[in-house]
Amino acid sequence: MKKINSIILIIAGLILVSCGESESKRSITGAGATFPLPYYNLLFKAYQDSTDVVVTYGGIGSGGGIRSLKDQIVDFAGSDAFLSEKEMSNMPADVIHIPTCMGAVVLAYNLPSTTNLNLNGELIADIYLGKITNWSDERIAAINSETQLPDMKITPIYRSDGSGTTYVFSDYLSKVSPIWAEQLGTAKALKWPTGVASKGNPGVAGSIKQTVGSLGYIGSEYGFSLKIPMANLENSSGNIITPSTNSISAAAKGELPKDTRTMITNSSDPEAYPISCFTWLLAYKDQAYNDKTIEQAQLNLDMLRWVLGRDAQAMTEIVHYAPLPQAAIDNALKILDEVTYNGTKLKPTK
Amino acid sequence: MRDKIFKILLLLSAFIIIIICGGMFYFLVMGSTEAFGHFGVLDFISSSEWDPNPDREQYGALSFILGTIMTSFLALLFCIPFSLPVALFNGEYFKGKKIATLMSTIVNLLAGIPSVIYGLWGFYTLRPIIMSLGLSEQGFGILTASLVLAIMIIPYAASLSAEFISMVSTDLKEAAYSLGATRFEVIKSVVFSSSASGIFASYILALGRALGETMAVTMLIGNTNNIPTALSDTGNTMASVIANQFGEASDLRLSSLIAIGLILFLITAVINFTGKMIIKRFN
Repeated sequence: MKKINSIILIIAGLILVSCGESESKRSITGAGATFPLPYYNLLFKAYQDSTDVVVTYGGIGSGGGIRSLKDQIVDFAGSDAFLSEKEMSNMPADVIHIPTCMGAVVLAYNLPSTTNLNLNGELIADIYLGKITNWSDERIAAINSETQLPDMKITPIYRSDGSGTTYVFSDYLSKVSPIWAEQLGTAKALKWPTGVASKGNPGVAGSIKQTVGSLGYIGSEYGFSLKIPMANLENSSGNIITPSTNSISAAAKGELPKDTRTMITNSSDPEAYPISCFTWLLAYKDQAYNDKTIEQAQLNLDMLRWVLGRDAQAMTEIVHYAPLPQAAIDNALKILDEVTYNGTKLKPTK
Repeated sequence: MRDKIFKILLLLSAFIIIIICGGMFYFLVMGSTEAFGHFGVLDFISSSEWDPNPDREQYGALSFILGTIMTSFLALLFCIPFSLPVALFNGEYFKGKKIATLMSTIVNLLAGIPSVIYGLWGFYTLRPIIMSLGLSEQGFGILTASLVLAIMIIPYAASLSAEFISMVSTDLKEAAYSLGATRFEVIKSVVFSSSASGIFASYILALGRALGETMAVTMLIGNTNNIPTALSDTGNTMASVIANQFGEASDLRLSSLIAIGLILFLITAVINFTGKMIIKRFN
């Protein structure tokens, strides 16, 4: 009996200790997209080092993140696709979109003795629709005059899980291929007519590396860090563009909407890589919800401002993302100026 | 006093298990009403259409149900030639010997390997072999997934059947020997016939394990939402589609995934229940 008592005491003690700890530390909780996860891991670690505020970000997918925000159990959510008008109206209160960095979707391939491959949107669409099935197809050869492509079956690889990467990829293909728009459309998961699927960016990258003749789409940060061969894409101006930080950033040049909710695929800029994208953090416009204190709201807001600052943006390239253009930062800061607590505007600290 | 406390504790924990199980069932039923209401129970089960684009949502579970049943039963078939000899080795030929203990430890070790390791092994080792044998073009598919699943369920099938085989009474066996039966004849007509229900039940339990396996299957089956018609075809299973799509799902898709979970829950329950019934009836 004594033993049981002491065990209960120890457990109770442990629970009390863990409760005490979480209250004494200042912390922010978020959840969402996995696409920017490597950047956020780096970012929030740096933020903790400089401010002592712990930011926890769970990479559970943007759907899960948005669901958590809707249930008001997180301070912010991460997503690669902005909320549609319908999704906005389903949320219990107004939601703001803060862009954090730029990325791209790259077409990685596995072809023996081929190091340079050019593709365009129509070719990609037709490969994934099952209309082009061999690398030696004359339409592929037409934009690869310098490279001799092998007579080999193409194995298209796609994401088996719902994903912002798929959303961005299909958004681009819907813009350049009317058949794609009609048959598959733009979504985080699609009804693919051909190919095989793997889970997550690492899964797709692994399958490409292991399958000769394969073509797959992955987040640019994976492509760059794995040094996997990536195709150059023809953009809307007819230029062949190699994916890089500069060509990705170029996609966001020009006018941006005030709420930053825009897809920048198939950009009209002549230097732009055509499958570029923003990724966003989502938060409530009025921060007074679910017993949240004004201090907690201020903490969240200060973190969001910091993400738009120079220090944070400089970190994007370390993990192979691209920094935001100034126009996007300006718009986002204006959005943050309008954030309220019980109707009163929150000022930045300092 | 102590007895009383112990009894209460036991009752409590048993009760909690029932509540958890009931809670799961309740949640699955409540969560799937939207999908079943929208498509109809029969249509949902008999349709193989799976279009997750929110503009034209259409969900049906048939290809996942068939994919799950195909991979699980194939795995069961593939595991018999390995698990039955191991069971005989441990339960009959070397019963109680040190080598049998060693053997069963090693086989049981297989059960402790995380499924992602099996998945990776299948991906990096088995898949190239399948490709080089020309069994499948890209190496993913029903065959690859079933082979790995078969290895994963060997320990479940083998250790339980060995247990049943070793329980066959010595009197019976000695009686057969005294009539001049050879060892093979004893195993064939005495050991197998008196432990048949137990062996069968252990394979049913192994099948239950194969039905729910997720990670290794996801990595090897190709995850395409179609009804597989050949061993080399790619496909998808219920557990795998849930694991893949749950994170980004909402509304009707979420409900459809929960409905698939409910179907899996029921199939597993029925199979396990059948196993238990068989043991009861023949013992």
